[in-house]
Amino acid sequence: MREFIQSVAENSQYQATHLLQILRQIQYRYHYIPHEAIEQLSALLNISRTQIISVVEFYSFFHLAPRGQYELLISDSITDHMLGKKELIDHLAKKLNVAIGEVRGDGVVSLDNTSCTGMCDQGPAGLVNGYALTRLDHAAIDKIAELVNQQKPLDEWPAELFQVDDNVYKSGLLLNQQIEQGSALRSTIKRGITETLWEIDKSGLRGRGGAGFKTAMKWQFCSEEQQPERYVVCNADEGEPGTFKDKVLLNSYADQVFEGMAICAAIIGAKQGFVYLRGEYLHLHDKLQSILDQRRQNGLLGNNILNAGLDFDIEIHLGAGAYICGEESALIESLEGKPGIPRNRPPYPVTHGYLGKPTVVNNVETFLAAASIAVNGGDWFAAIGTEKSKGTKILSISGDCARPGIYEYPFGITVRTILNDCGADDVLGVQVGGPSGTFISDQEFDRKLAFEDLATGGSFIIFNSSRNILDAVHNFTHFFAHESCGFCTPCRVGTSLLKKQIDKIVDGHGASGDIVALEELCRLVKNYSHCGLGQTAANPIITTLERYLDLYEKQLKDISFEPGFDLDGALETARRLANRDDVGAHLAQTVATGSVPAATFPPSMDGVSAGDCREQSWPPSLADGERT
Amino acid sequence: MSKTITLDGKIIPFEEGQTIMDAAMAAGIYIPHLCHQPEFTPHGSCKLCTVNVNGRNCSACTFPAMEGQEVLSETKELINDRRRITQMLFVEGNHLCPGCEKSGNCQLQAVGYHLNMLDSHFPHFYPDRKVDASHSDVMIDQSRCILCTLCVRASQQEDGKSVFAVSGRGINKHLIFNAQSGLLKDTDLEAADRAAHICPTGAIIIKRTGYRVPIGQRVYDHQEIDQVSLASSLAVETEHLEHGE
Repeated sequence: MREFIQSVAENSQYQATHLLQILRQIQYRYHYIPHEAIEQLSALLNISRTQIISVVEFYSFFHLAPRGQYELLISDSITDHMLGKKELIDHLAKKLNVAIGEVRGDGVVSLDNTSCTGMCDQGPAGLVNGYALTRLDHAAIDKIAELVNQQKPLDEWPAELFQVDDNVYKSGLLLNQQIEQGSALRSTIKRGITETLWEIDKSGLRGRGGAGFKTAMKWQFCSEEQQPERYVVCNADEGEPGTFKDKVLLNSYADQVFEGMAICAAIIGAKQGFVYLRGEYLHLHDKLQSILDQRRQNGLLGNNILNAGLDFDIEIHLGAGAYICGEESALIESLEGKPGIPRNRPPYPVTHGYLGKPTVVNNVETFLAAASIAVNGGDWFAAIGTEKSKGTKILSISGDCARPGIYEYPFGITVRTILNDCGADDVLGVQVGGPSGTFISDQEFDRKLAFEDLATGGSFIIFNSSRNILDAVHNFTHFFAHESCGFCTPCRVGTSLLKKQIDKIVDGHGASGDIVALEELCRLVKNYSHCGLGQTAANPIITTLERYLDLYEKQLKDISFEPGFDLDGALETARRLANRDDVGAHLAQTVATGSVPAATFPPSMDGVSAGDCREQSWPPSLADGERT
Repeated sequence: MSKTITLDGKIIPFEEGQTIMDAAMAAGIYIPHLCHQPEFTPHGSCKLCTVNVNGRNCSACTFPAMEGQEVLSETKELINDRRRITQMLFVEGNHLCPGCEKSGNCQLQAVGYHLNMLDSHFPHFYPDRKVDASHSDVMIDQSRCILCTLCVRASQQEDGKSVFAVSGRGINKHLIFNAQSGLLKDTDLEAADRAAHICPTGAIIIKRTGYRVPIGQRVYDHQEIDQVSLASSLAVETEHLEHGE
């Protein structure tokens, strides 16, 4: 092990910023991060062991205790659930004889859930040792179980298990005309760098991650900074459940994305760029590396690009399972080899980003669009879209429709047109922009996708009328609690409280006061959280409470109060000890209207005469007991 | 003419580089906080010091004061919500004041009193968290840790060590100690370190000193936290002046 770790660290030039990349290789090889590895790395990289441990414990794909030689993870996105994920993972657990969340006794395999893997149009999906598995069904599950039990190496597994399709159903301005390699850079050099910034400004391009900051303005701010060392970062940490368009752009349009980054570098004066690729997209890594190599060979990357005196290169950093790293300052922390905890702002990345230097962070789609604009000019792009939202938006469409996949539309398109195009009928509602976005009902299908109406990073999940909205709310709320970085109180504690409160209501233990409590909690988490994750974590509840209050109310019991504590559940251990499961060994803790109470809370005084009761109060005080 | 901000209608001066918290403290105005201590780099995580700046919520301890800001702090809504955030901290850990030797010297408890917190409001988490009593002079009960990172910062910034770090994610966040064994006794922490004394709750306590000061004579037994906090920040400032900083 010592030699392996030595060589991995050496290949990373002993740079602490490469910590995630180094740990990924160790996890892949040993299926955990051994104690000895942490000690050795601490010395080699000259960082404290606590920094390494805190990174290992922050990212979902790293483990301090051994996982199986086959680390199986099944995507827990709502779209996977809609495709029968629950039943499949149970089947897999049975076939493999391993409990969900556990490692099998012989250490061969471990099984667990993971947040959305970005395969919503070809799910149910999963990962094995980091590599994407798609279209899981009973036959595939049986095959996987067989391969694992035979301990077949991954490269001998059938390729169709790993097949990832683009599924582009509708192309527009950007997807229709892929630019020729190098053409955007040539146009930029020919036109002039400042003039190209003007074209991008004229195009009206706004960041495609969802927030919609004007791209040209961001680049200009960065270019005006005093500090000469600057960075370009491509945010390919596409973690919003239901989003998968960046995966397609990087699979089929990567050259153009890299070209957009190079133009940005020329404008802001950066020599180094990074693609922060979410760990779930490991399958794209080698392909992207070879495209980068090719660009270097063709003089489009490296020193003196196109003999125009531009120096710029790109490095790919893989994430390791943390939704929060899609937030730009958390992403930068992660690039620096640290836990992905959003920074305090100001200062903003554009002045103090990677290693404290001016940094532009943009979405994959933004760089793609910038490259097209550099070739075709700003007017070409601005001619399409709405007044405040120019150009097109690439959508990831999933859920209940005939043709889930990638669709490119001019901004201003109505939800109704999209639903028609993808073959969705009997639609109950659509989750626009993922869990952090908005749930719209069937009364709102004339609303438009645009920054001025429904802003979206591209996630578009369709629910038909057979679906229970509360299942989605439950799934999303658990997702946020799982992904909260834990930095600030309102999000760390608040998302877990939201989870408890939603569970209470969905499980049928809610009482009338519980909706008010839920609303208050939503407001606290939204208004006081440190970053976008917390500020939007309550959106699934807020947007559905506004539209479907009756659905929530139907779940409630007709009583004014019910304790969060499950009295009957707490007796489970006692029942097992006593080997009893009869009616008398159970306690119901509430009287719900229309149901026959087995017992009541507070316990009824049946069998105790009124005279005995008079002095008793609930709860009985200890002092009284001691006196007798 | 020095620059000014307006805090709850009162015009107060600030100097370039000061946060809203710095300016408020210098003006003798208390904004509730737990993860902040003027001597250390602000962290901005507890969110108790949230104030409304020109209509937007910001952490006073990290947000720079800027000319003309309209800052609201003691509004009914902010006071109520700060109470809720404090209650979140109470239910997240196991804060059983009557059995805690920090009672009366505890800032979490004192903030609770200051905000008129009468119950825990939210359901308790009752987490199962570790106690490390391995060190000869210092004990850590993670049940009472509110993840303010003051010990982390004090160890680095004042003691010149790096004994503590926060690890984990979300609700599973916890303190870790810089030793191969992971035990406090194997770190270079000493009882005289600032980090051993800075904990705002009873998570880090010095052994054999718990009841030297009897209950009834402790810091917050006769004074509210706003008075104590302002007095101590004044003392720090005086000390800095004496050292010519």
